Amino acid sequence: MKHMKISPVLPLIAILAIAMVAPAADIIGTITLKGTPPAEIAITPLMDNPDCAAMHKTTPMTHFYAVGPKGELADVIVSLKGVTGKSTGAGAPPVVLDQKGCLYEPQILAIQTGQKLVVKNSDDCIHNVHCTPTVAGNDEHNDAQMSGGADLTYTFPKPEMFLRFKCDVHPWMFAWVSVIDSPYYSVSDTSGKFVIKNVPPGKYTVEANHRKLGAQTQDVEVKDSDVTVNFSFEVK
Amino acid sequence: MKSNPQNSNPWLHWYIVVTAAATFLLLGSGGMVTSHEAGMSVPDWPNTYGYNMFLFPVSKWMGGIFYEHTHRLLASGIGLLITVLAVWLWCKDSRKWMRWLGVVAFVLVALQGVLGGLRVTLHLDKLGIVHGALAQLFFVLICALALFTSRWWLNFGRDALPRVQDFKKEAARQRGPTGGNLRWLVLFTTLLIFIQLILGATMRHQHAGLAIPDFPAAYGKIWPDTSAAAVAHYNANRTEVISENPITSFQIILQMVHRMVALAIFVLVSVCAGRAWSIGTPGTAPARTAKELEFAGTVPGVPIQRRLSLFWLALIAGQIALGAWTVWSNKAADVATAHVLVGALSLVIGALWCAVAFHRPVTAVHERRTEDRRLPGAITIGGHPALVPNK
Repeated sequence: MKHMKISPVLPLIAILAIAMVAPAADIIGTITLKGTPPAEIAITPLMDNPDCAAMHKTTPMTHFYAVGPKGELADVIVSLKGVTGKSTGAGAPPVVLDQKGCLYEPQILAIQTGQKLVVKNSDDCIHNVHCTPTVAGNDEHNDAQMSGGADLTYTFPKPEMFLRFKCDVHPWMFAWVSVIDSPYYSVSDTSGKFVIKNVPPGKYTVEANHRKLGAQTQDVEVKDSDVTVNFSFEVK
Repeated sequence: MKSNPQNSNPWLHWYIVVTAAATFLLLGSGGMVTSHEAGMSVPDWPNTYGYNMFLFPVSKWMGGIFYEHTHRLLASGIGLLITVLAVWLWCKDSRKWMRWLGVVAFVLVALQGVLGGLRVTLHLDKLGIVHGALAQLFFVLICALALFTSRWWLNFGRDALPRVQDFKKEAARQRGPTGGNLRWLVLFTTLLIFIQLILGATMRHQHAGLAIPDFPAAYGKIWPDTSAAAVAHYNANRTEVISENPITSFQIILQMVHRMVALAIFVLVSVCAGRAWSIGTPGTAPARTAKELEFAGTVPGVPIQRRLSLFWLALIAGQIALGAWTVWSNKAADVATAHVLVGALSLVIGALWCAVAFHRPVTAVHERRTEDRRLPGAITIGGHPALVPNK
């Protein structure tokens, strides 16, 4: 039997490869709401518009607070405060914002700086896509989008929380896009849960931001395993 | 300003009246654009969604587009009316100042069109405030032109004035309040109304809905809490459908100032009306100067000024009621627009009263004297017409 010779270089390469892949962990948590939020209201102007009313059987309601049965709070933007210049948005896949039934879907979303945001018009009526940033460096746009018209694409170079998109033809239509300067963010889902993936080891300030309730922060240290941090908002 | 009956032109006068009415409609149309948050619903100008403005299909006049597009069409119509007016005045009115007012009207309407277009194309929301304020001034100008071409104005002080030889002697006989101060009070009140209109326009262009949701209280208090914590609480508990900007302490204070100025205007207009009605009442303070006399007793404009003062007071009372209704209806678009329109009328009434109050009938008297001396058989004493008893 011939002995197989194993190159001594291969183990060295394996060790180096393992060393180069820095350990990363996720920051996970749950966001809840205490107190009774104000009642959502019916978007009656939508039903007064024949084009829009035709797409709904019942009057849609506002979604200021998306709260689950146990107080789980959705639509909270969770990010690492102060972490900038780490954006991978230029190479990230585009995020889609759609106009369906004369409403924006989703209403709350997050993208990275430099990441493409594609706005579609799935409705059989005209919309105008009007974004109104408040941070210098992010440009205001107001573009017509006909029914069946081409998608509109936007990028924003500066971080901004809750950059507003609206339609002036249908003035009840709003979406809020938070622009984060890193890939370390998450939007809480209907169960109140969020996951910020692949966070390098280190100490961070995690910020949870709700459009109506403001922001809360907590300090965490990420080592080599997932870190759990929960937030509790309260309506007073 | 001298009045000259040879400028009497009923066709011109009624043309201006119609133009003023159309301008009022345009003001309402513009008010509806802002009330429906439709100012940016047509992203391009002067085209409309790529179409020539006058060829945009009616089937697409939906939602906010309807308000903005009809506003632009009406504005184009007004522009045409004003162009004709400016040319007409230039060619037919012998008063140089009237001809130039026609030019001013033309320049203003063109400027309004450009301002409205730039507000859209440059995304300059604050230009909307300038556009709204200028619209009010433009409306005042057109109404003033209607007044200056009216038969009443052109005959002002010519036929009804007694031919008094000595104003000073007459002043000693006549009794009345210091009418000269009244005209300045009217002017001050009118300027305050214009400032109030600018406050209102600033409020509307915050696009934040009602900064204070109750009236006459403010968040249940006489003066609301405007601390950061309180404002955060207001925003957290606020549900708005179409005005999604969060409210700020500045906006709350702005509305409080607007309410206080409204009260001040009501008091001032009440004083103006009270003084207008007490002019010439026996037993009141004597007029001090000949200039005051011409306002106090011998000026034929006193009856019209009394009627104006009552109408003005009624408008202000109605405006306060509309302001309250705007709050109670959560800024219903039609109510808020009515509030804008009554504000415009209030400004116009004050401006017209100023025009009447500051008009110098003594000039008309002098003209009449000059004419009388030329009449054959005129009776004169020392070159002046003889004293004629008041009729």
